[in-house]
Amino acid sequence: MKRILLAAAGLLSLAGAVQAATLDDVKARGALNCGVTQGLPGFSSPNDKNEWSGLDVDFCRAIAAGIFNDPTKVKFTPLSAKDRFTALTSGAIDVLSRNTTWTMSRDTTLGFNFAGVMYYDGQGFLIRKSVGLKSAKELQEASICVQTGTSNELNVGDYFRANNMKYREVIAFATLDETVKAYESGRCDVFTSDKSQLAAVRLKLTNPADHVLLPETISKEPLGPLVRHGDDQWFDLVKWTYFALLNSEELGITQKNVDEMVKSENPDIKRLLGTDGKYGEGIGLTPDWVVRIIKATGNYGEIYDRNVGPATPLGIERGLNNLWTKGGIQYGPPVR
Amino acid sequence: MSEVSPAAPPRPRGRRWSWTDPKLRSQVIQITVAVILLWLLWSFYSNAQSNLSRLGIASGFGFLDNRAGFAISQSLVPYNESMSYGRAFLVGLLNTLLVAFLGIILATLIGFLMGVARLSKNVVIKALASAYVEITRNLPPLFQIMFWYLAVLATLPGPRQSWGFGLQPLLGAIGSGLSSIGLGFLGGPLSTYAATLAAPGVFVNNRGLVVPRPIFEDGSMAILYALIAALILSFLLGRWAKKRREATGHFFPVFWTSLGLIIVLPLLASAAMGFPVGVEKPELRGFNFVGGLRVIPEFVSLLLALSIYTGGFIAEIVRSGILAVSKGQTEAAHSLGLRNGPTLRLVIIPQAMRVIVPPLTSQYLNLTKNSSLGVAVGYPDLFAVFAGTTLNQTGQAIEIIAIIMAVYLTISIVTSTIMGWYNKRVALVER
Repeated sequence: MKRILLAAAGLLSLAGAVQAATLDDVKARGALNCGVTQGLPGFSSPNDKNEWSGLDVDFCRAIAAGIFNDPTKVKFTPLSAKDRFTALTSGAIDVLSRNTTWTMSRDTTLGFNFAGVMYYDGQGFLIRKSVGLKSAKELQEASICVQTGTSNELNVGDYFRANNMKYREVIAFATLDETVKAYESGRCDVFTSDKSQLAAVRLKLTNPADHVLLPETISKEPLGPLVRHGDDQWFDLVKWTYFALLNSEELGITQKNVDEMVKSENPDIKRLLGTDGKYGEGIGLTPDWVVRIIKATGNYGEIYDRNVGPATPLGIERGLNNLWTKGGIQYGPPVR
Repeated sequence: MSEVSPAAPPRPRGRRWSWTDPKLRSQVIQITVAVILLWLLWSFYSNAQSNLSRLGIASGFGFLDNRAGFAISQSLVPYNESMSYGRAFLVGLLNTLLVAFLGIILATLIGFLMGVARLSKNVVIKALASAYVEITRNLPPLFQIMFWYLAVLATLPGPRQSWGFGLQPLLGAIGSGLSSIGLGFLGGPLSTYAATLAAPGVFVNNRGLVVPRPIFEDGSMAILYALIAALILSFLLGRWAKKRREATGHFFPVFWTSLGLIIVLPLLASAAMGFPVGVEKPELRGFNFVGGLRVIPEFVSLLLALSIYTGGFIAEIVRSGILAVSKGQTEAAHSLGLRNGPTLRLVIIPQAMRVIVPPLTSQYLNLTKNSSLGVAVGYPDLFAVFAGTTLNQTGQAIEIIAIIMAVYLTISIVTSTIMGWYNKRVALVER
């Protein structure tokens, strides 16, 4: 009896302790555990064969390609906005790539590190065309639907306060699906969320043409992947996977030409692709890690265009998400 | 933790420690278990502490004073997003208590009605009650909440097409109905007359139920005092009537007299003060009705689903309680000349209560705990506000889960205590 109790206690205290060396765990497991949305076209959504695609999904595939040379070695865990942080803290996932806004409290007191900004977004309002509104400033006494556990839930109150307006009510739902259903049934006048999410949700509505996005952007929503505190090597690996995607685009390295680029004499390209120096070893990988990543997913621009760019149903222009050399603010530090 | 074996033989003097001594053995085992338990708790605590500090996650209860920043759609006390997490906790707690309290009352009414109806000799009533019990008991509560929210309340018209209740829309509808079947000479004037009446004050739409809000002006306190006086008088009347009945055998209609008192006294007081209660009527302005009182559909669907679901179980408990009273009791009551109503009310139910109350307590506890399912339809109960939004914004899972556990435990223990007290009162007094 005593021995059983002791054993149980030992197991429990072990289970509570999160292992520090995430990369070793991932390698031993043979797959990356990646937290994504429960279905948001363009960012992370499964098809009928349960194959995931999207901007956030491709980022996890890039990490897996860097580690395993195989972008399919990822286990995707769909999470609601409410449950996502618990999953990361408890160690159920290695990285959360789920259009999550980088805020100071999440980066500090919640115990996470943001690796970068995959998508610069801002909060907007989706409303029925028939209401005939031109601006969010006319939302006096409106009923507003929002998903619980998001930064959107906090911004909406601030926006109304700052503009001396009053909302009638803010109804918070546990999942995106429930929120959208409530908006569609007419429970609320407007649905507020990140604009990229509103664009994706609008496409899923019965008649997208009946709904319109109001022009205002009421907040900064830098969406990016995050890891938990306490493992600097893993944080570096995720961060530099993101920078590798940006730097590859800047240097013109694409999925198609990466094999030729390996022979390039450009010193920047040589360092990035590992033909000069062993920079990949600094994050626990081999020097040619970027070659594997680009072969698997393409550079940042290719990932963007494939999932949310103008040629996709979402049709979102690069805007802020263009490289700094092309008028945007995406900027990768040098490999050196 | 008293002695495990009551028949312990007296320990021979001078004999030392022996594993065969049952008293000593039980003490050793008890101390060992207690030490292991304490050590387990301590290791949980220290483990959590070291993990939290290593990951740099905030801990402690200081967050309760921080600004919450999020809005809550239903609040019984004044609340806005610039108030603290502690205040948000209070709002969530009151919302949970509100839906649990009303749900328990409603479920009890439905349950007693249906339980008695299942024993009815009327075949139709019996079949209806049986169908009700079988359907509600066998569908998951979450499904029932979603059903009321999405399939019933969401199909109501929007605010601009609200159903208004009052004399005007009723007469107007009859008028236009008459006109449409060719009786325009009757319908026309009726519609015209309806239009001259005051607009309706009660509206139903997919945003909820809107009713006029009473405004208490100076002198309203007199009405409250009159109500309290009426309640005290009714109580005294009941005691007097009981005494008289026991002494003389005469009945006094306590219920109807008390009801009359409770209605008439406040009315009189109100008339004396010159009717100090005004009314604020809701008005459609922009998106929504402004003014008046509003009941949100999230609350209605949760309340309906919980009461109807739990009512099915209570009906079965009531039925079993009544069946547990032997048929001889009914026959004895009848032979004393009591009719069916009084037999049920004075003889059967009081005895059935002994069987009904203990399982009824479990149902009340279930209803209270099931109210946390309201998060699925956006009802801001304690679980949604605190274990949902607050937990997510602050990340302080251990503190928040501990608070939530303590709160549900407290609510349940209080409910059990009250029901236990009531159970003692209705228990069979053996003489």
